[in-house]
Amino acid sequence: MTTQEALALDLTLDAKPGRRPRAGRFGVGSLILPLYSALALIFLLIPIVYTIVFSFNDAVKTNVSWRGFTLNNWLRVCDAPGVCQAFGNSILIGVIATLIATVLGTMIAIALARYRFRFRAATNLLIFLPMATPEVVLGAGLAAQFLTAGVPKGIGTVILAHSMFCLSFVIVTVKARVAGLDPSLEEAGRDLYGSPAQVFLRVTFPLLLPGILAAALLSFSLSFDDFIITYFNSGSLQTFPTYIYTAATRGIPPQANVIASAVFILAIVIVVTTQVAGEKRRKRLMKQTAGV
Amino acid sequence: MAITAFTAATSAVDAPKRRSKVALFLLLPGLLYLALFFLVPLVSLVITSLQVPDPAVFGRYTTAFHIQMYGEVIAEYGTQILRSFFYALLSTIFALLFSYPLAYFIGVKVRRWPILQGLMIVLVIAPFFISFLLRTLAWKSILSDDGVVVSALKGLSLLGSQDHFTGTPAAVVFGLTYNFIPFMCLPLYTTLERLDVRYLEAASDLYSRPFHTFRTVTLPLSLPGIVSGTLLTFIPAAGDYVNASSQFLGGSSSTMIGNVIQSNFLVQLNYPAAAALSIILMAIILVIVAVYVKRSGTDDLV
Repeated sequence: MTTQEALALDLTLDAKPGRRPRAGRFGVGSLILPLYSALALIFLLIPIVYTIVFSFNDAVKTNVSWRGFTLNNWLRVCDAPGVCQAFGNSILIGVIATLIATVLGTMIAIALARYRFRFRAATNLLIFLPMATPEVVLGAGLAAQFLTAGVPKGIGTVILAHSMFCLSFVIVTVKARVAGLDPSLEEAGRDLYGSPAQVFLRVTFPLLLPGILAAALLSFSLSFDDFIITYFNSGSLQTFPTYIYTAATRGIPPQANVIASAVFILAIVIVVTTQVAGEKRRKRLMKQTAGV
Repeated sequence: MAITAFTAATSAVDAPKRRSKVALFLLLPGLLYLALFFLVPLVSLVITSLQVPDPAVFGRYTTAFHIQMYGEVIAEYGTQILRSFFYALLSTIFALLFSYPLAYFIGVKVRRWPILQGLMIVLVIAPFFISFLLRTLAWKSILSDDGVVVSALKGLSLLGSQDHFTGTPAAVVFGLTYNFIPFMCLPLYTTLERLDVRYLEAASDLYSRPFHTFRTVTLPLSLPGIVSGTLLTFIPAAGDYVNASSQFLGGSSSTMIGNVIQSNFLVQLNYPAAAALSIILMAIILVIVAVYVKRSGTDDLV
């Protein structure tokens, strides 16, 4: 279906009047790009489909070869020792780290977009560098620091580490949103005698919210899936990724696939709904502000 | 308190980028956090890299100025360092070649169908939402010796019966490429999505051949996306140690610098060696990024 729609669209674009026919435009040439894109997307999805399919595998010891369909893994997720504990830890770490990173990051993003201050270049560098540093360096650096300071590794050190690398991504995401804010919407609010607090709560914040939510979602998924930095700073604590890494030597239980698949499906649902809801909210606000 | 900060920010619209104490209040907590958990750790790494072992206790080190450690790790792990950057370069090139047509299609050709465009972008980033480690393990199973792909290649005599794919350098480069394709694709898509197609029409009206148009119009206009995409792929690929780990796609002949840092730090408890290697990795990457950004900013890469 995707290919057909894409093909139709490709032909429509080419059918624009006044356009010179070019070599390869009609015939096989116009098929190549949509076909390639469809195959490329399928390629990207192969390991995802594999992981989901093998969550239904009636595996005995290792979950490598297909032995038959079962729902048992989904119904008894916590049967594999440690997997639910590790998953719980990951959720807890993800939520706390996301809260810290989102609050601190949103504050910085607003300051960057709205204020002039000294050391702007140094500030930007400090925000950019963590994203340009390989994770293994971030992980080893924090581990060396905790070692020197005598801080025992555990859930606290992992949360501190995760908030750090999520922070820069939150700043970048929210900053784009603040910069893209149409000032006339806020002006309209003020013209209608809205107090600064009202203007913020009813105009600015709702407009920023999709950006903040997107940043929080990004932050959570970065934290949830992080392995490299976590492994350096977790000690004996197991998160979902470190659990998989340790289990990889003796074989991953299918319950790990169940959790990963469930998280995947949930994430896709959240992404699609926030996209749609964000679009709707934006339209409604535009209408409200334009209407009054 | 946060509300006062925000409202002060909204009133700044009339005079954007004004100076205020509020800015300091907004910036300070986050910047302190980054200083404490990003800058200080880097300093810790430098200090650790210069330490010498305590002869009394294994795994304990005392402060010193043993700068020779850098020479020692380069001599011992030079191959792994070079290999990491070579693998990262290869996977960046492959990811770019793979992603550009896809991003072009989604960003330019599907532009008129916003819903389809949104759906395709969700598919591109879909791998982000399933565990990185499980994805890599899935490839390991799919590409294993008794898996579908290798069996088919052996059946077609494209691979000898003794050949295998997992554990080879090719498998590591494949894994790195696959895992970082979304990072390449997204920035490419963002720039191509804003590409003004009237430029392409103008070029074609001036009798430019499609390939010439691509090379002289599309490619230069999408350069910002190429630069950020290649950096977003190259940097994590150079420091990755999951793909090259022997439990995943790698083998003994494909060890990368990340694996060496990890085993020195967490297994052998040789913190100074791990710290020195981290500093070397960071320094090389910073130099590459600086040169690359400067070059791509001033003159065309093509």
